[in-house]
Amino acid sequence: MTVQITRRARTALLTITAITAAAALAACSSSSSTSTSAPASAGGTSATSASGGTYTLWDPYPQYNASSAWWKAVAACGTQAGVTIKHTAYDTTALTTQALLAGQQGKSPDILLIDNPVVSTLASAGILTTTAQNGLSTGTIAQNILGAGVINGKTYGVPIGANTLALYYNPTILKAANVDPASITSWATLTAALAKVKAIGKKGITFSGINTEEGSFQFLPWFWGAGANLTNLNSPQAVAALTLWTTWIKDGYAPNSVIQNTQTTSWQEFQTGDYAFGENGTWQKAGAATMGAKVIPIPSESGGAAPVPTGGEFFTIPVQKDTSTYATSAKIVTCLTSGNSIIATDNTLNYIAPTQSAQQAQVATDASLQSWVNAVGVAKARTGDNLGTKYPIISQQMWTAVQKAESGAAAPSAALAAAQTAAQAGINK
Amino acid sequence: MTTDRSRARSAGRQRDGAAHTAPSRARSAGARWRAQAAAWGFLAPVVLYLAAFYAYPLYRNIDLSIRSYTLASFVTGDAPFAGFANYISIFHSSTFAPALINTTIFVFVSIAFQFAIGLALAVFFYRRFPLSATLRALFLIPWLLPLLVSASTWSWMLNSDSGIVNSFLQAVGAAPIDWLTSPHWSLAAVLIANIWIGIPFNLVIMYSGLQSVSADIFEAASIDGANGWQRFWRITFPLLRPVSAITLLLGFIYTLKVFDIIWIMTRGGPATASTTLAIWSYQLGFGSLLPDFSSAAAVGNVLIIIAVIFALIYIRARNRLETT
Repeated sequence: MTVQITRRARTALLTITAITAAAALAACSSSSSTSTSAPASAGGTSATSASGGTYTLWDPYPQYNASSAWWKAVAACGTQAGVTIKHTAYDTTALTTQALLAGQQGKSPDILLIDNPVVSTLASAGILTTTAQNGLSTGTIAQNILGAGVINGKTYGVPIGANTLALYYNPTILKAANVDPASITSWATLTAALAKVKAIGKKGITFSGINTEEGSFQFLPWFWGAGANLTNLNSPQAVAALTLWTTWIKDGYAPNSVIQNTQTTSWQEFQTGDYAFGENGTWQKAGAATMGAKVIPIPSESGGAAPVPTGGEFFTIPVQKDTSTYATSAKIVTCLTSGNSIIATDNTLNYIAPTQSAQQAQVATDASLQSWVNAVGVAKARTGDNLGTKYPIISQQMWTAVQKAESGAAAPSAALAAAQTAAQAGINK
Repeated sequence: MTTDRSRARSAGRQRDGAAHTAPSRARSAGARWRAQAAAWGFLAPVVLYLAAFYAYPLYRNIDLSIRSYTLASFVTGDAPFAGFANYISIFHSSTFAPALINTTIFVFVSIAFQFAIGLALAVFFYRRFPLSATLRALFLIPWLLPLLVSASTWSWMLNSDSGIVNSFLQAVGAAPIDWLTSPHWSLAAVLIANIWIGIPFNLVIMYSGLQSVSADIFEAASIDGANGWQRFWRITFPLLRPVSAITLLLGFIYTLKVFDIIWIMTRGGPATASTTLAIWSYQLGFGSLLPDFSSAAAVGNVLIIIAVIFALIYIRARNRLETT
C-alpha cells in the first residue's frame, strides 16, 4: 500500500487509533477472566536446591501477588522450615503443561499446588511422590475430598480445601412466582418451580454446558443425582439426566446460551437478576451475597441432595533427584495445611477446609458457610472410584454428548451411546 | 557450466601460483579460508535461527507423531516407535471427517468472500474521491483489533438470547437464529467473523497491486470504447493475476491455521459442528485433562502437509505464468 501522509490521512489514522483504543478498552472492562498463560511472578524455571536453600512452589492463583495474605502465609511457613520459598503463580491450564514439561526436564518444583483432577494425570506420568515417600500425613482429612489424590491405594497429595457446586436462587423472583425454595427437593419440584417462574415472564435456570471440562463439572450433579455411573455413560439414568437438561432448553426454562456458557458467563447471566436459578460454585458466594442470592443443594432425581463434584487444589510434592528435600517440603505443606493457617487460607481462597474441625471453625465465624459445608460433605472426586486417568477420557466424551443433545444434533440416548463407545475405545487404546 | 567456470578458476589459480612465490601462495590460501569463514560467519545467524526455530520444532513434531507418547513416556522420553499408527487412528476417528469437511468449507468460503469483497473494495478505492483515504483506513479496523477483542465482540453480537443480531432479526420480524449454539449455524457464524477479519488484508494487497497497473492502459481502453465491466475483466483482473495468486496462497495458509476466532466463539462446538483440524489438534493436545500429544502432533502435521501441497501448486502456477 502506498502510504500518503497527508493531513487528512493522518487525521483518519488518529481517528481509527482512538476508536480502536476505545473499543479495546470497552472490551477489556467488560470481559472477565479469559486469562492467558502468564506467570504472575518473574522467572518460570525452578531451581531445585539442596536443603536449607531456596524451595520452589507453584500454584494456579495468578490473582494473588507478594503482598497478599496467601503469599505471606507461604513465606512464613518457609521461614519456619528454615528455607526461603520462590513462589510462582500460573494460570490453571498452563500449570498442567508447565508441570509436565518441568517433569520431563527434571526441574519440577519442590511443592506443586495443582487442580485435583490433574493429580491422577501427573501421578500416572510418574512426576509425583506418594505420601509414603514424602512423609505427608493425611490424618483427619475427609475421605471424599482426599479421594482425588488416591490412586490404586496410594495417596499423592493433600487437599488445600474444597469447593463445589450448588444452586443459587434469586429470592425476589421466587417470591414473585410464589415458589418456596424449601420445597425444591427433587427434579420434579425444580421443574415445576421453573414453570412457575416462566409463567411470570422471568427466566428459569442458567448453567454451563460448554464443551470443556467445565461442562462435565456442571453436568455431574445431575448425572450422579440420577444414579448414573461414569463407567456407563449410556445407562437409562444418564439418559434421564441429559434429557432433563435438553427438555429445559427446549421448553425455554434454560436459555440456549447455556451451550456455550462458561461458569463465569453463566454467573453473569444470573447476576442480571432475570434468572431464578443459577448452578454455580462456592467461589461466587461473595458476589451472591451482594446481590442477595441464596443457595440450596442441587436436588437429585428422586429427592434429597445430589452428589456434587469436588473442586479445589492438592498440595503435591514432585519427584526430585535429591530425595532429601522431601522432608522439608512436607514440613512446609504441613505448616500450610494445619491449624489456623489452613482456615485463613481457605477463607481467602473461598474454599471449605478439608478437615471437620477446620470446617467447624469456618462455620463458627461465618454461619452462611454451613450450606457449603453440607454440599462438600456429599461431594465426590471426579477421578475417584479408582477412575484416575480414565476420567479425562470419559469426561471429554460426556461433554461432547451433552453438547450434541443440547444443540439438538442428536437425541440424548443416541449421543450418550456414541459417547460410551468412544470412551471405551479411548480407554482401551 | 558450473564445472566449466570452476575449471577456469582453478586454471587461473594455477597460473597465479606459477607466477608467485611459495609464501604468497600460502597467503592466498589463508585469504581464501578467511573468506570462507567470513561467509559462514555471515550465514551462521540465519542457519542457527532456522535450525532452532524451524527445523528442530518440525523434527520434534514429526517425532511426537510417529511415537506413541503417554504421559509417563512424555516425561521419561522413551516412547516406543509407532510408525503411522497415530495417523491411522486419527484418520479413523469419528472427528476426522467433520473436521476435514469443516476445514475445507471454512477455508474456501472464507477466501472466496474475502478475496471477492477485498478486490471489489480495492477497485472501488482506486478511483479517488473525497474522504476515500479516510474510508479506506476505516476498512482496516478489523486488522488493527486484537483477535481476542474481535472474536469476543462477535460472540456477544451473535449471542442467542442477548445478541444485537438477534434483536435486529426480531425487530424486522424474522425468527432469531442460534448462531453459536445450533449445529447448523455455528460454522456460518465463525465464517462471517473470519471473512470480516480477512477483508482488510485482501483490500490492502489488491489495492497496492492496482497501483502498479499503469493508468495509461485504462485510458487507452476507455478511448477504444471499453466499458467499466470490460475494463475490469479484460484489464484489471488479468493484470492482477500475480498479486491475486500470492494473496490467495497467503490467505489459504492463514485461514488453514485459524484457531483463536473459532476457539473464542464456539470452542469448535456444539459437539464438532465448527471443529476444524487446527481446533481438533488443540483439543487433543491441550483440551482435556489428559493430553494426547502424539495424536495432536499428527493432526498438526496433516495441516502442514496440506499447506505445503498448496504452496507447491502456487509455485508451479507461478512458474507457468512466468514462462508464458
